[in-house]
Amino acid sequence: MMGSNVAPNIAIAAEGLGKKYLIGHESADQSRTLRDAVSGAARKFGRSAVNMMRGQAIIAGEQIEEFWALRNLDFTIEQGDVIGVIGRNGAGKSTLLKVLSRITEPSEGRVTIRGRVASLLEVGTGFHPELSGRENIFLNGAILGMTRGEIRRKFDEIVDFAEVERFLDTPVKRYSSGMYVRLAFAVAAHLEPEILIVDEVLAVGDAEFQKKCLGKMHDVAEHGRTIIFVSHNMTAVKSLCTKGIMLEGGMIRTTGSIVDVANEYEKKGVQTSTYEASGSSKKPTCFRRISTEFHDGALHTAIDIASASKDRMIVNLRLRDYLGSPIGMASLGGYDPELMVELHPGDNRFVITMPCPTMANGRYFLDLDLERPYNHMVDQVVDNLSFEVSRVPAAHARLLQSGWGAGSVELSAQMVRSNEPTASIASRALTAPSV
Amino acid sequence: MNTTPSSPPQRLATGEPATAAIAAPGEVTFILEAGRADRNYWADLWRFRELFAILAWRDVAVQYKQTVIGIAWALVRPLLTTLIFTGLFSRIARLPSEGDTPYPLMVMAGMLPWFLFSTILTSASGSLTSNSNLISKVYFPRLIVPAASAAVAMVDFMITLVILFALMATYSFAPSWHLIALPLFIVFVILAALGPAFMMAALSVSYRDFRFIVPFFVQFGLYVSPVGFSSKVVPESWRTIYALNPMVGIIDGFRWCLLGGNAQLDFVNLAIGLAVTLAFLWLGIRTFRATEKTFADLV
Repeated sequence: MMGSNVAPNIAIAAEGLGKKYLIGHESADQSRTLRDAVSGAARKFGRSAVNMMRGQAIIAGEQIEEFWALRNLDFTIEQGDVIGVIGRNGAGKSTLLKVLSRITEPSEGRVTIRGRVASLLEVGTGFHPELSGRENIFLNGAILGMTRGEIRRKFDEIVDFAEVERFLDTPVKRYSSGMYVRLAFAVAAHLEPEILIVDEVLAVGDAEFQKKCLGKMHDVAEHGRTIIFVSHNMTAVKSLCTKGIMLEGGMIRTTGSIVDVANEYEKKGVQTSTYEASGSSKKPTCFRRISTEFHDGALHTAIDIASASKDRMIVNLRLRDYLGSPIGMASLGGYDPELMVELHPGDNRFVITMPCPTMANGRYFLDLDLERPYNHMVDQVVDNLSFEVSRVPAAHARLLQSGWGAGSVELSAQMVRSNEPTASIASRALTAPSV
Repeated sequence: MNTTPSSPPQRLATGEPATAAIAAPGEVTFILEAGRADRNYWADLWRFRELFAILAWRDVAVQYKQTVIGIAWALVRPLLTTLIFTGLFSRIARLPSEGDTPYPLMVMAGMLPWFLFSTILTSASGSLTSNSNLISKVYFPRLIVPAASAAVAMVDFMITLVILFALMATYSFAPSWHLIALPLFIVFVILAALGPAFMMAALSVSYRDFRFIVPFFVQFGLYVSPVGFSSKVVPESWRTIYALNPMVGIIDGFRWCLLGGNAQLDFVNLAIGLAVTLAFLWLGIRTFRATEKTFADLV
């Protein structure tokens, strides 16, 4: 079969798409004697040599397993569609984007793409710290597929958007992280491909800037371009996209209008109060197991952290509501280094109690970060854990429900009758609070 | 784990059946499939020429940043090597020069293409791993990466060429009309380097062993090629075999261009060298193209 056999208004058509990786595991029993170690090394060398002769990649580990990151994907995307791809970590979202943006080749099936593709899988790809802001705009623009003429034409717009006029000739390694992200996104935001593929890039930058980026993407969408968008921020996905694809375990679970798909996804999130590191994503230092439960007005979370060495790290607990919007964060060590978590080599178990006595009843997501100081992320569990707050109201009272759309924190207030002018009440309340 | 059975094609669109249609003229359509050769590859390479230029420019701009003597590093290496080789081969081993050319000039004329060759080979073979952040995040024809790092070697080459002319001036040595052929030999050495460079670049993505092999190969090559001595010191009967090393013909060619009538050009040796070069170039590009699509998974 040669050439394209899809209808003319189709931008992307996937038929039986699959992507396979080979992953290796070390066998559990470790060699105890020198002889075992030597014979093990010899076997490994023999296998690597055979692999090389056959022109295959070397895979570390004793047992080799096939892992299908994507399997049997069939879908079509029309020109002008704005598609949200949603799914939990490890569902295959990033792999799908990598295949669609031609970074990696599918292992089976085929994809027909009509139109020029630009992908934004990371903010600031190819930025060089030694080069100035001006130089990096040209470098990054070229990497994303813009011509020099195009960049020159949009240069002022990019600089305006990024708000970095004064630092254009400063090496970007001297930029604050906010400036860096703004500049990087500004370049990407001015791409004009027929198909734009965007991965979780809005997760960085402050709220104000995120809003600006979303606005920019709305503009792009309105110009009839096809956009494929991955984000954990369901609010952003819902407001930007018209259609959705939900992936689960590398396969399509639901497709359709974004509202239906998002509802399905949020419903799916309900059952999971535990997390277990999967074989393929195991790093030497990581969250191995987490379970969480809300009772007695507090969130109780048990975590097992595997550590490669003796270390001190920060653990963040971030809460999001059922729409995916952030509510708040507790940090062990992030604000006060005294509270950092002491890790011993091997497994470490902790129990974290987080009182949340005034949270609205409803379903929430819990994300955890394991990081070293200064934002060196070691492991993250995002979109995997959820819990239900169900406080019992006192007699005749009601509790705020998160589903009412009034927010996630129940606030309290007192009221007394008064005849005084409002201005003087406010100033007195400020100086002498009386409860 | 997922237990959903594989579902029939789910159409996000109106459910219109997929029918044969010819893409509108001027529209880019491409098909991604396992092992499918890209028909537009060379057109794509041309479309990304600006990326090539800008990556080359980036590497040049960054190379000497935060060094104390900066671009002077490009002077130190050829000058010191000339000094050592002159001492070693002329003073101690008492090897003859080409005709009556001063020995340092002959060494430098040979070193010029050798350093271009070895710099291209070394930097290009490591270029994919050092640009892994690009390769795993953006699509472009990967051949651009080693090619751009080769362009950086040209800058050092040009500087060394200027030094050579300065050195010739101090020896009051005038080049002859042969100089006009120099650009041809520069192209020759670049082609000779690119073949193995593409191959090493591709192989070192899967097998990091080549990180150790390439420096060893370069070091070894320096003594196997007639850099510090004239190719005439090799016995007559061995010269044809010696010419299988393309650097022999290239170095002879450089000396012929730069040192004028004092060096002779053997066209048979040159042809052998060119054939080997083209064979390696073909093999290099083939190896590279065959493995290119897996780079993002391995790098």
